[in-house]
Amino acid sequence: MMPVLRRLGFYLGLLLFTLFAVFPIVWMVITAFKQDADLYDVANNPFLYNLPPTLKHVTFLFTGTNYSVFLWNSLFIGILVVVITLLLAVPAAYSLSRLVGHWGERSGIAIFLVYLIPPTLLFIPLYQIVTFLRAANTVWALVLVYPTITVPFCTWLLLGFFKSLPRELEEAALIDGCSRWQAFVRVALPLSLPGIATCIVFAFALSLSDYIYATVFVSSTASHTVSAGVPTELIRGDIYYWQSLMAAAAIVTIPLAVAYGLLFDRLVKGFQSDSAGSEATP
Amino acid sequence: MATLELRGIKKHYGSIHAVDGVDVVVAEGEFLAILGPSGCGKTTLMRMIAGLEMPSAGEILIGGKPVTHLPPRARNVSMVFQSYALYPNMTVARNIAFPLKTRGMPTAERDAKVAWAVGIMGIGHLLHRRPARLSGGEKQKVALARALVRDPALFIFDEPLSSLDAQVRTMARGELRQLHDRTGVTTVYVTHDQLEALGMGDRIAIMQHGRVHQLGTPQELYDDPADTFVAAFLGAPPMNMLERDGHIVGFRAEYLLPSASPAAAHDDALSLRMHISQLEFLGAEWLVYGEIENGATPQKLLAKVPPAVAATLRVGEQREFTVARSRLRHFDSTTGLRVRDERG
Repeated sequence: MMPVLRRLGFYLGLLLFTLFAVFPIVWMVITAFKQDADLYDVANNPFLYNLPPTLKHVTFLFTGTNYSVFLWNSLFIGILVVVITLLLAVPAAYSLSRLVGHWGERSGIAIFLVYLIPPTLLFIPLYQIVTFLRAANTVWALVLVYPTITVPFCTWLLLGFFKSLPRELEEAALIDGCSRWQAFVRVALPLSLPGIATCIVFAFALSLSDYIYATVFVSSTASHTVSAGVPTELIRGDIYYWQSLMAAAAIVTIPLAVAYGLLFDRLVKGFQSDSAGSEATP
Repeated sequence: MATLELRGIKKHYGSIHAVDGVDVVVAEGEFLAILGPSGCGKTTLMRMIAGLEMPSAGEILIGGKPVTHLPPRARNVSMVFQSYALYPNMTVARNIAFPLKTRGMPTAERDAKVAWAVGIMGIGHLLHRRPARLSGGEKQKVALARALVRDPALFIFDEPLSSLDAQVRTMARGELRQLHDRTGVTTVYVTHDQLEALGMGDRIAIMQHGRVHQLGTPQELYDDPADTFVAAFLGAPPMNMLERDGHIVGFRAEYLLPSASPAAAHDDALSLRMHISQLEFLGAEWLVYGEIENGATPQKLLAKVPPAVAATLRVGEQREFTVARSRLRHFDSTTGLRVRDERG
């Protein structure tokens, strides 16, 4: 009797969590295909189509707005930010973790402190730098600025990862015929893949979701990202283009949710295999 | 296979002298054990031989060739780490092949080499496992195979048995020595366990405070310790030591016997009247804890006696014990060094 009850409780709990997680996505998807008359009638059940669904608002999103440009910009900036972050944070974290004495630790903390300064304080001086570099109003402004947040954070995160790798592994590699660089690339790097994957997710998610920098440094609609462009184009005065807004959000959310879901699985596996540290999650 | 020569090796970290002038020559195919308490500098010395640390002064020669300033990969030394340091992201087969891969050996030749090393260690059934799924003994075998696979000039072992269970350790000791005899590779074996050093080493270097106190065969070290440190460090129990006539007299517990027992020395023997404070059963022998009056302060002594003799002893008794004068070792009471002229 007990096992059956326990299983029942387990699945009930699981169902509740699933509903909680899926609710906003379901709401977005349902709303995206509603006709105006259906959406704005308060008497209608918001989860059902009281009038036949329509593709009109989704088509509008791609034909009547710059949404496809925003998507491309977001992807372009996101990938570049990830690449820059990894190129700077991985070597920085590795060398700091292997620095003898207390300087490694101190520099690590100093780098992390940079991350704690809020963007709302930084955007004015950063704006001056960006205009000085003639990058204002282009995607390059954001490519340049986002690493100021992602690099310190990811360096800190990877520092913990590299520190948890036993030094003996690299020494074994040195004795087995590797140069210092090969020991890093062939032994230390593969073992810190879960940390690097975490950095990729963090850097990409940050460049996608940031609003302050995206609106301050870029005003031309051709250079906007999704998070800045969608609200400026689909909220005109006090008119909200709800269905198109929902569609715009869903189109970005669902593929990302799937991708992160798959990556998360790998992350967990990475943590479980005895290789890398447990204190790596911030 | 090659000789190893250390000439005046020093390593200073600031004011700390981790290794303070070590001169050792290891012959081709020899098994040298470096023995010492923790912090004696044996690990630092070993790391300098491997090339993981640079000496502050001195010269290292492998096979007659100076390698003092060469990186580890240019020295052709193999090392088995205390933790084994198997690469957790690679299977056993790839772990063993790794040293060959970094040297750019062609695949066919590499596979043959790996198969040879795997055969010697008898670990064919483990090839596709990851290190995380191996027992301590299996990890050790894989680490040995990885060290063996590339015909190194020198094996370096860093306490490779210390993470094994006590039962497995005795077996592993035998296997390790057999492996050395089979391959004939010059070996430097670092340990703090005197049983390992005595049991496996052709010669032992005993280290303390960054210096080699004595270098010799296990028998030499046991019978003729060069100073009081070696005498007190080696052997279980350590050598008995008495202050006598301004110098220190040392003798092994097994030579101290009740004068009534048949094996006891009678002619030309040192006779001591000992108060027996405790008897301890060791299996094949008994350990007798005793005290003698030596000047003002009582001095504790240990005797190792056969069971037949132990049966005649009672705790609390005063008994006459003797030790043959030929078994006595004399040390200077200030320097602790061996005094060679055998005075009474």
